[in-house]
Amino acid sequence: MEMIVASAVGVLTAGGVYLVLRLRAFPVILGLAMLSYAVNVFLFAAGKLTTNLPPILSKYGEATYTDPLPQALVLTAIVISFGMTAVLVMVALASFLESDSDRINLGRSENAGLPVEPGQEEAQ
Amino acid sequence: MNHWIIAPVILPALLAPIIGFVMRYDIRLARIASLAGGVALLAIALGLVVQAAGGETQVYQLGDWPAPFGIVLVLDRLSALMVLLTTVLGLIVLAHATATGWDDRGRHFHALFQFQLMGISGAFLTGDVFNLFVFFEILLIASYGLMIHGGGRDRMRAGLQYVVINLAGSTLFLFALGVLYASTGTLNIADLAQRLQEIPLEEAALVRVAMMLLLVVFAVKAALFPVQFWLPGAYSNAPAPVAALFAIMTKVGAYSIIRIHTTVFGPGIEATEGLAFDWLFPAALITVVIGAAGVLGARRLVPLIAFAVLGSMGTLMLAVSVFAPAAMTAGLYYLVHSTFAAAALFLVADLVMAQRGHDALSARAAIAQNGLMAALFFGAAIAMAGMPPLSGFLGKLLVMDALRAPDVIGWAWAAILVGSLVTIVGFARAGSVLFWKSTAISPGPEDGPTPQEARICTPAQLAPALITLGLLGTLAIFAGPLAGYLESTTGQLFDRAGYVAAVLGANGGV
Repeated sequence: MEMIVASAVGVLTAGGVYLVLRLRAFPVILGLAMLSYAVNVFLFAAGKLTTNLPPILSKYGEATYTDPLPQALVLTAIVISFGMTAVLVMVALASFLESDSDRINLGRSENAGLPVEPGQEEAQ
Repeated sequence: MNHWIIAPVILPALLAPIIGFVMRYDIRLARIASLAGGVALLAIALGLVVQAAGGETQVYQLGDWPAPFGIVLVLDRLSALMVLLTTVLGLIVLAHATATGWDDRGRHFHALFQFQLMGISGAFLTGDVFNLFVFFEILLIASYGLMIHGGGRDRMRAGLQYVVINLAGSTLFLFALGVLYASTGTLNIADLAQRLQEIPLEEAALVRVAMMLLLVVFAVKAALFPVQFWLPGAYSNAPAPVAALFAIMTKVGAYSIIRIHTTVFGPGIEATEGLAFDWLFPAALITVVIGAAGVLGARRLVPLIAFAVLGSMGTLMLAVSVFAPAAMTAGLYYLVHSTFAAAALFLVADLVMAQRGHDALSARAAIAQNGLMAALFFGAAIAMAGMPPLSGFLGKLLVMDALRAPDVIGWAWAAILVGSLVTIVGFARAGSVLFWKSTAISPGPEDGPTPQEARICTPAQLAPALITLGLLGTLAIFAGPLAGYLESTTGQLFDRAGYVAAVLGANGGV
């Protein structure tokens, strides 16, 4: 099972990083979503992988239990990443509608708002 | 337990939804509520500083759960100082946004602003690394809204980039927390500090990985060299008052490095000894250089200020990177100074832009209040560049004085001195183009659609910038007492055993 979980985290992270580097809004959103899935699984595994064990100490003398804290952390992380993805989609949509471009990098737009000086119209 | 410790989190958290839901159609009501909240927050922060000045590390256990199991908030001199800094800056920025009408150019400015203050205060007060992550997310999600406040093509695109880079940073933060929890079994700062002392060097690989990941995450927030690219774009496209508030956001990253990498991974921990310095010091050097080069090369006023902020973060992190008490004291003084200096510059730039109509560094006809604006810009610029008599000079002097160890003095002094010189040249060029050359040009009919009289700043609009400059002067005048307070702050920061005892020893019923 360790193998499956580890490779799942690895594949999700690799895919997420690849998509984020595409620098277009939609792939980047998908990439960040994949990264957040990867980190959720990763956090889950941080509390050691066990199957069929309760997250509390049993009063019947069974000493084994699974660590409940990573589950709480994952729950928080899921909620936050869900909300963040929603915000990201809205910002990306607004940005696309405003600028007709879904590129993430700003490129040459640093000078876009610069008033053109006399005699310099074609310099750029 | 002292319940005032949680007040800087609770008050904005309650106020923001009320402003957002009840006062959403009445900007006057929202302004009054927001300003009143800001004043109350300032009073609370002052009270916390007075309480913390005694030197006792106070712990607030949420739900009364004892420390390693429940979440704690910790109030010591450092966190009290940072909360006070946040509330002072917040109130100034709020006054500016209200007076200039920035808050009315989009929806929910005041609600988002309160959430922002809540997140920043919480990040400074928390004693738990996962809780730090949660407060980071709160302040970030509010900052996304503030960043794109008012809309516009360039702002939306810069906002999207800002959101993406911070989401990637948050993911990395979670990876770091997972590694840290897997290797130590706790996320409480005091508990971490205690357990890391017992980890021998040969078993510390995972801890070192977690430390480096956290360093990268905080460096993204503090805009240090390999991950600083987002700052100029974001700051120069954000609304100017928001950019002034963001002066404290980079300091959140700096504070996190100061807190975590001193208390948890700091000096005396065998597993991670010296690792932070090896990476942080060169990164800070290059940040100083990039900031200075950017100031010299900028073609617009606001990107110029953004690069100056970058340079000041580099100087601050130079002082932090050696993790020694004297340098940390100097760094904290410079932190307070650079926050207000950056805010003053952004506020003045906003007033200048409101009169000029744009922020290009080109000679146009003189603005209505040319002399006054020139004086304000001059004051803020010499503070940022580090010239006497304002506090920037003392701050840089303290930092350089503290960085006199033989292995750092050459690089650090060279970077700070050359960086300051280049920054001064950049600001002098900008100021002379904006305010001096413009007096030689007679106003033409195309220089702005609105009449000049309409664009004269009212005293209410000038007051926040003037107060910020006054604070910079006050920092210089009272540098002695402040340095004394900061020295005891640093002493408390480096007293790991005291911190651990205060947090883990404060069990129920105290």
